[in-house]
Amino acid sequence: MLKQMEGSVAVAEAVALCRPEVICAYPISPQTHIVEGLGALVKSGALEPCAFINVESEFAAMSVAIGSSATGARTYTATASQGLLFMAEAVYNASGLGLPIVMTVANRAIGAPINIWNDHSDSMSQRDSGWLQLFAESNQEALDIHIQAFKLAEELSMPVMVCMDGFILTHAYERVDIPTQEQVDGFLPPYEPRQVLDTAEPVSIGAMVGPEAFMEVRYLAHAKQTMALERIPEIAREFEASFGRAAGGLVRRYRTEDAETIVVALGSVVGTLEETIDAMREQGVKIGLLSIRSFRPFPLAAVRAALQHAERVVVLEKSFSVGLGGVVSTDVRLALSGIQLHGYTVVAGLGGRSITQASLERVLAEAVADKLEPLTFLDLDWGIVNRQLAREAAMRRSGPIAENLLRDLGTVQAKVH
Amino acid sequence: MLQIRIHGRGGQGVVTAAELLSIAAFEQGRHAQAFPSFGSERTGAPVVAFCRIDDRPIRRREPILAPDVLIVQDPTLLHQVDVFQGLQPEGYVLINSRRSFDELGLGEIADRFRHERLITVPASEIALEHLGRPLPNAVLLGGFAALSGLITIDAVAHAIDDKFKGEVAAKNIAAAREAFEVVTERLRGPSAQTPTATEESRPC
Amino acid sequence: MTQPVKFYQTGTFTVGNRLLSPDERTVQASINRNNSLNSGHRACQGCGEALGARYAVDAAMRATGGQLMAANATGCLEVFSTPYPETSWQLPWLHSLFGNAAAVGTGIAAALQVKAEKAGKARSDVRVIAQGGDGGTTDIGFGCLSGMFERNDDVLYICYDNEGYMNTGVQRSSATPPAARTATTQALGDAPGAPFGQGKNLPLIAMAHEIPYVATATVADLRDLEAKVEKAMTFHGARYLHVFVPCPLGWGSAACDTIKLARLARETGIFPVFEAENGAVTEVTKIRHRVPVEAYLRPQKRFAHLFGDPGHPETVARIQAAADRNIERFGLLDEKARP
Repeated sequence: MLKQMEGSVAVAEAVALCRPEVICAYPISPQTHIVEGLGALVKSGALEPCAFINVESEFAAMSVAIGSSATGARTYTATASQGLLFMAEAVYNASGLGLPIVMTVANRAIGAPINIWNDHSDSMSQRDSGWLQLFAESNQEALDIHIQAFKLAEELSMPVMVCMDGFILTHAYERVDIPTQEQVDGFLPPYEPRQVLDTAEPVSIGAMVGPEAFMEVRYLAHAKQTMALERIPEIAREFEASFGRAAGGLVRRYRTEDAETIVVALGSVVGTLEETIDAMREQGVKIGLLSIRSFRPFPLAAVRAALQHAERVVVLEKSFSVGLGGVVSTDVRLALSGIQLHGYTVVAGLGGRSITQASLERVLAEAVADKLEPLTFLDLDWGIVNRQLAREAAMRRSGPIAENLLRDLGTVQAKVH
Repeated sequence: MLQIRIHGRGGQGVVTAAELLSIAAFEQGRHAQAFPSFGSERTGAPVVAFCRIDDRPIRRREPILAPDVLIVQDPTLLHQVDVFQGLQPEGYVLINSRRSFDELGLGEIADRFRHERLITVPASEIALEHLGRPLPNAVLLGGFAALSGLITIDAVAHAIDDKFKGEVAAKNIAAAREAFEVVTERLRGPSAQTPTATEESRPC
Repeated sequence: MTQPVKFYQTGTFTVGNRLLSPDERTVQASINRNNSLNSGHRACQGCGEALGARYAVDAAMRATGGQLMAANATGCLEVFSTPYPETSWQLPWLHSLFGNAAAVGTGIAAALQVKAEKAGKARSDVRVIAQGGDGGTTDIGFGCLSGMFERNDDVLYICYDNEGYMNTGVQRSSATPPAARTATTQALGDAPGAPFGQGKNLPLIAMAHEIPYVATATVADLRDLEAKVEKAMTFHGARYLHVFVPCPLGWGSAACDTIKLARLARETGIFPVFEAENGAVTEVTKIRHRVPVEAYLRPQKRFAHLFGDPGHPETVARIQAAADRNIERFGLLDEKARP
């Protein structure tokens, strides 16, 4: 049924349609509306029986999820940013134990400086945690991927993170098609755990594993993600067959057939990039887009297949490995081993900095002309950066960086963004 | 594509106004996208929200830098925030105020745009009368429907009904309809109020 | 005229099982005990925690008719019991992390409750315990534990308190007593051993949450420990049991002195044994033969620096004062035994 609603509410409805049995909630912007929505559905009795537990921290949220998932309950939670870092130990634990928990990450920057706006630093920090990471381009896709995520998680007995851009998607009202309960029930079978705490068949879960088997356990986690490379597109096809619309999958190509330049990106910026690419195509630029929808497992073969005939690749990412450069870029480069092409990394949108079509057109034009620096920061304000560097060179006690920059900027409230 | 930017203060339902607009557009079978420019703003702080309306799916997700429509829910923002930033020459402006553009000190700015597309509405007063609270958001949408004809007042009423419940919805709808009438009347009237006031006090 | 028969073994006040009728004997005395923490695990000789856990979990198993699951914090108990592919646990058992046993217990209980409701039952027949050492309880797991208490989740949390991080090589925890030598509070300088802080009394903190049941116990009185576990299982909601478990390795005590030291901790007033319901103390185990703290401190190498030459008599006096305060506060002294 078509509805105009907020992304968070749409995700809450999608999760509810998946009949979760335990939901753990700890508030952090911009994830709050999702768990609020689910809390209301449980409280009203629409989602009975389901336990909605207000926990005392994200660490507890994931820990409760670990307990309930190991007891055979379909389990969901959501977080973002500092919350994901605060639960990090339990994030690794959940995947190490092979528990099919589904978690929404409403992507948000990590402080300091504290910043509540969108980028991908949070989920990227957990890229090696063993969780699968699926990125949504729109609210419709976020909704659809959640339904697929439960199926994928439970088939593989591995946890899945659904990443959706904080505020840009979570707080955006747009048209979504909410499936019926029958449709979801037909697609997603009841949870049949591989391992479960059961008094009839007592098992010990979570034993210490020494050097004699640890490598093998880790390899098996990798093997499962490798299997996911096959299952993710299959599940996306099954989903399309059941629901009549495409969502998910490993990657999505946009106008890449004859493209000399291909932009690689993930998440909601893909929409603005499509507009940009259409505009540049009209000017005769052979440019296309590759949207990575599954970041873990990373689809090396699909990325290679999509990019290998291009002359240059521009990875536009909302994440940044300080001291190195792009996070996604590193993986894309691995996919292109042995292929000679021009590679550029554009770091954009950190901490909610707007990514505008105008800026994208400018930076991509520079790339097409091979005049771009290998690592570029979109719309970086060099003025305030250089002033701070000068300040630090001039005196030892130059003071706190963030506060200095804000003082240089003056009142920002008077601008629109 | 129609791009609308709404300025107001935390607590005035700025974000809700953008959401209502998107629902109204959806009611009319159009694609719409509403989103806030979020900060960790508290009650009273300047807030901006955006709405895009189009006949095809909306892919762009940047903030609205060059709006076709500007709605200002709180006139005290006019000299604090550059609300007119990027406004298209053909753009519409709707300001919540009992005063005219000139009385608000906007005469020079108003000259840059089409006068018949600029209007002020005493939305807080209308809201106070209907709701008992000076909440101008839904009221201004009624005014916007009249000013632009880009959405219908019925779609606005539908949207309010979708988002609110019972009495609150009914009162907001009544207030929005009154604003619709007020603006329609003023646009129809021989001395279309706002532009005239502006002309009278034009410095040249 | 009848004459009362004394069933106590000399010096222990522990009644011998042989002398009781079969239905009054301990869980461990029965061949039907579950052996929840089975033999063959790798705890040290004289491990108070292994003893306490075996009694506590078996008692919980009996109380629930075998319908029990356990969440376990990282620590000695976890490490010595599950050197996979071996496991000593004869019940569904889940180890997740060091600081989250209480929250994992909450998750298990929530899942069980939903499954019970789906099966048309008001309440799950399967009960949940969460357990850990003092580090996993009073320090790193404190937040999760307080959350579990505050929500009154249906979990019995059992803390086996051996007063330090023994698994990692005997470091100080917030349950380490003042003056005790640990690897991070060496017996050096003017004030050797752990500093005198304000302490962190978990049983009292648990009581402040006004949860249905809080109790303390020691491995010196295993029958009392069993009884408290069984009583705890008669309540629903959050329950807390704090068990005093000497650690020969960490304390530098003889393996054969574990039970003796636990008894001395109680008889000196250093470790008050009591029960509380809904935030108020309901029962106190009285001291039968009050002894000075020195009798408890001397057999432990972690306090050896207090008794050398010149030693630290002033520190011993402070510890005595703390024990005296416990005796006063909890009314530990039997009126008859008062001088």
